[in-house]
Amino acid sequence: MGARSVLQEADISRALTRIAHEILESNRGPENLVLLGIPTRGVALAERLGTLISGISQHPVDIGSLDVTMFRDDLSKHPTRSPRPTEIPAGGIDGKTVVLVDDVLFSGRSIRAALDAIQSIGRPAVVRLAILIDRGHREVPIRPDFVGKNIPSSRQERVNVRLREYDGAEEVTIEA
Amino acid sequence: MRNLLDTRTLDRDTALRILDVAEDMSDTQSREVKKLPTLRGKTVVNLFFEDSTRTRISFEAAAKRLSADVINFAAKGSSVSKGESLKDTAQTLQAMGADAVVIRHSASGAPRTLATSGWISAGVVNAGDGTHEHPTQALLDAFTIRKRRFAAASRGRDLTGIRVVIVGDVLHSRVARSNVWLLTALGAEVTLVAPPTLVPQNVSQWPVRVLYDLDEALAEGPDAVMMLRIQLERMNAAYFPSEREYSRRWGLDTLRAQTLPRDSIVMHPGPMNRGLEISAEAADSPRSTVLEQVTNGVSVRMAVLYLLLAGENNDERGGVK
Amino acid sequence: METLVITGAQLLGDKSADIVVENGIITEVGTALSRSGARVIDAQGLVALPGLVDLHTHLREPGFEASETILSGTKAAASGGFTAVFAMPNTLPVADSAGVVEQELALGEAAGYATVQPIGAVTVGQKGERLAELGAMATSRANVRVFSDDGFCVFDPLIMRRALEYVKSFGGVIAQHAQDPRLTEGAQMNEGVVSAELGLTGWPAVAEESIIARDVLLAEHVGSRLHVCHLSTAGSVDIIRWAKKRGINVTAEVTPHHLLLTDELVRDYDPRYKVNPPLRSEEDVLAVREGLADGTIDIVATDHAPHPSENKACEWQAAANGMVGLESALRVVHQAMVQTGLIGWADVARVMSAAPARIGMLKGHGTPLAAGAPAHIALYDPSREGTFTTADLRGRSQNSPYLGRDLPGRVEWTIHNGLVTVESGAVVEELGTRDRKATK
Repeated sequence: MGARSVLQEADISRALTRIAHEILESNRGPENLVLLGIPTRGVALAERLGTLISGISQHPVDIGSLDVTMFRDDLSKHPTRSPRPTEIPAGGIDGKTVVLVDDVLFSGRSIRAALDAIQSIGRPAVVRLAILIDRGHREVPIRPDFVGKNIPSSRQERVNVRLREYDGAEEVTIEA
Repeated sequence: MRNLLDTRTLDRDTALRILDVAEDMSDTQSREVKKLPTLRGKTVVNLFFEDSTRTRISFEAAAKRLSADVINFAAKGSSVSKGESLKDTAQTLQAMGADAVVIRHSASGAPRTLATSGWISAGVVNAGDGTHEHPTQALLDAFTIRKRRFAAASRGRDLTGIRVVIVGDVLHSRVARSNVWLLTALGAEVTLVAPPTLVPQNVSQWPVRVLYDLDEALAEGPDAVMMLRIQLERMNAAYFPSEREYSRRWGLDTLRAQTLPRDSIVMHPGPMNRGLEISAEAADSPRSTVLEQVTNGVSVRMAVLYLLLAGENNDERGGVK
Repeated sequence: METLVITGAQLLGDKSADIVVENGIITEVGTALSRSGARVIDAQGLVALPGLVDLHTHLREPGFEASETILSGTKAAASGGFTAVFAMPNTLPVADSAGVVEQELALGEAAGYATVQPIGAVTVGQKGERLAELGAMATSRANVRVFSDDGFCVFDPLIMRRALEYVKSFGGVIAQHAQDPRLTEGAQMNEGVVSAELGLTGWPAVAEESIIARDVLLAEHVGSRLHVCHLSTAGSVDIIRWAKKRGINVTAEVTPHHLLLTDELVRDYDPRYKVNPPLRSEEDVLAVREGLADGTIDIVATDHAPHPSENKACEWQAAANGMVGLESALRVVHQAMVQTGLIGWADVARVMSAAPARIGMLKGHGTPLAAGAPAHIALYDPSREGTFTTADLRGRSQNSPYLGRDLPGRVEWTIHNGLVTVESGAVVEELGTRDRKATK
């Protein structure tokens, strides 16, 4: 198979815990935070981060999802995609600190689309980006604020993230 | 999806996909910025050989909210006046670089002729062809029924067990035909009610029940009653003797509307003949979904245009044999 | 004129024989025949039929030469094994006078590929209001005996009665296009399961049957002869059967397409399948086949109806009605009736040659393949198989429903008045040394 494991269950858990603390530190507390996960796996990660943050700070955190399909710039290069639901928490995003959550950061185009999507929903005070894996090869000037792990990769390699909510296992692998 | 020509050949999965994408489109319509950049750079042509301001505006709104460019082409094309032919018009559009053509025509089958002719490479959406089909109308009707019934839990659900009565001139109604195929594909039970002169002679193979008595159909407490517009010209061709008799026997008057179960809805594709097939009170009651149908029409048409134009155009086929 | 010796042909698909043609006449039929200096045609494996006679063709000239001319139409006829065609009068001007029918006759003679027998209109301009000068047409050089308003029904029962009575004076026959116009207003296709789904206005069978029922009773009442054009429904077959049993002098024709194609083909809205009377249901196709086999329907007639491409490359409603059929007729009858075992080649000779000539009172045609008869012969190879393509069409128009369809057989030779019009499957371009005016 040639798939090399780069993160195991315990690594993922530790990385998320660290990111949770970093978010709280950078935000100086839990107020005004909105975590928006990007479907598919970003949603589960946002849920977990939300649970961690509210556990640490004893303060509820708004969690939602942000589907970016309609804002992508590469639609005509792929078979038609079905969008996933976008669920914005009742408190909205105006004036909030929105943290976008996704599993892998690669070209950066998804996040660029996410920024466009946010623009059509409201006007946050600040937008931050938390990702589990940064594999490099950016095609647009996007940089993450909170990173689980940097994994150098070649363009041709595939980075696979498996999470228990969807895949029944917890692992990040890279294969040729 | 290469074309959307009819619901007769639209399979359940594709139909549900359109409805679910329409849910997402509908959600974006309640945001502050209703516009999406998804179809930027694409050109949608509204090719309307029959006058229809409402449907044309609905498609125009749908295209614009997805940032597509819209060209409105009102063509005169009757077989009597040999104006510019369908072929010539189509080839002109191709030369203008249309990506999708939304066509309304008085001749049944014209969209299929356009889609299979080889005159254009654009995708074709049938916005109503003669008395044949009006697929986006049926889709928005199905969307409306589903939304009223399941509200926020609509995604992924079909219409199994939902009972719909369609009343009116079935013989000449493309809305009726499209709804018959789509609603039954989604699991609904459909009953048609009409005077015998306005039902085709050979519907024994349609997956519906046919009744001539409206009160009998309403006594069963259907979940949705869809009233079709009656055209007064039919009276002159001896389909029914008078407006009064039609209204008495097949009109949804206030009394009949009141006998419906609390949660039943009253639908009408518009434009309505208030006082003829539907009373003003029934049309304006909380049961009536007439205005929602219009709003949902934009979301459904956005979904159709998205599925037609956004991805690679080669493989997916829905609504085309 | 060259002498022909046809060797080894199967006469009406049966016994093998040689046929000698001299000066336009069959002079001898036997075995091991020869003539010095004769052209020998090797007909091994070919079925010899008397030259086919089409009682219902639209040659479009004068007036609609873009679709077809008498020259191009008779070439198409020859390629289908026909040596005589009856030309329907819905030309421009309508063939309702001696002048127009004589012009048609002359054009046919000049072309030389087949005998053109003009049909006269029943009413002036085919409008259904006043009788045309039927007598003048009968005594003209065109010798018209068959009258029809084909394309339109003679709907007024009084006019139909008068026409039936009037032609008795010269032994003519009225050929009715049976279609009640009130029941078929705006009709686009057969009224049935398919039309209900497709949203196309239906043309109900009863609109044909009710006119036939009326007309056979009228013919009986006035003691005249009736011919029914392009009969298409099971109910119509029943009515003709009843009428013949009753002794009414009625004959009927069926087209090749009504023997083979059903309204299911309309589902794609392809105007190649748009025709009047429309393609009907499976039950109707089976009933007309049975009717042709048992003699209730007397003949096959093509209703060859050419149209230019712009009248078919459009939406269904705007498309013209009609199909070309001369080139494909024998092959379709072969597939639908002979291959299915319903009739044999002798029956084909009857329904496509002898009977049409008799009904149309055309002397010198539909004659047997015997010594003394005029030399009108078709040699057909039943063993060939192939896809019907535009290369098989010889007229000016291409509106055939069989394009892309597999049809058996091929007409290899057609001989008209002793002259070879088709040799080895190809139409002869220059017909001998005959004078021919160049027609458009």
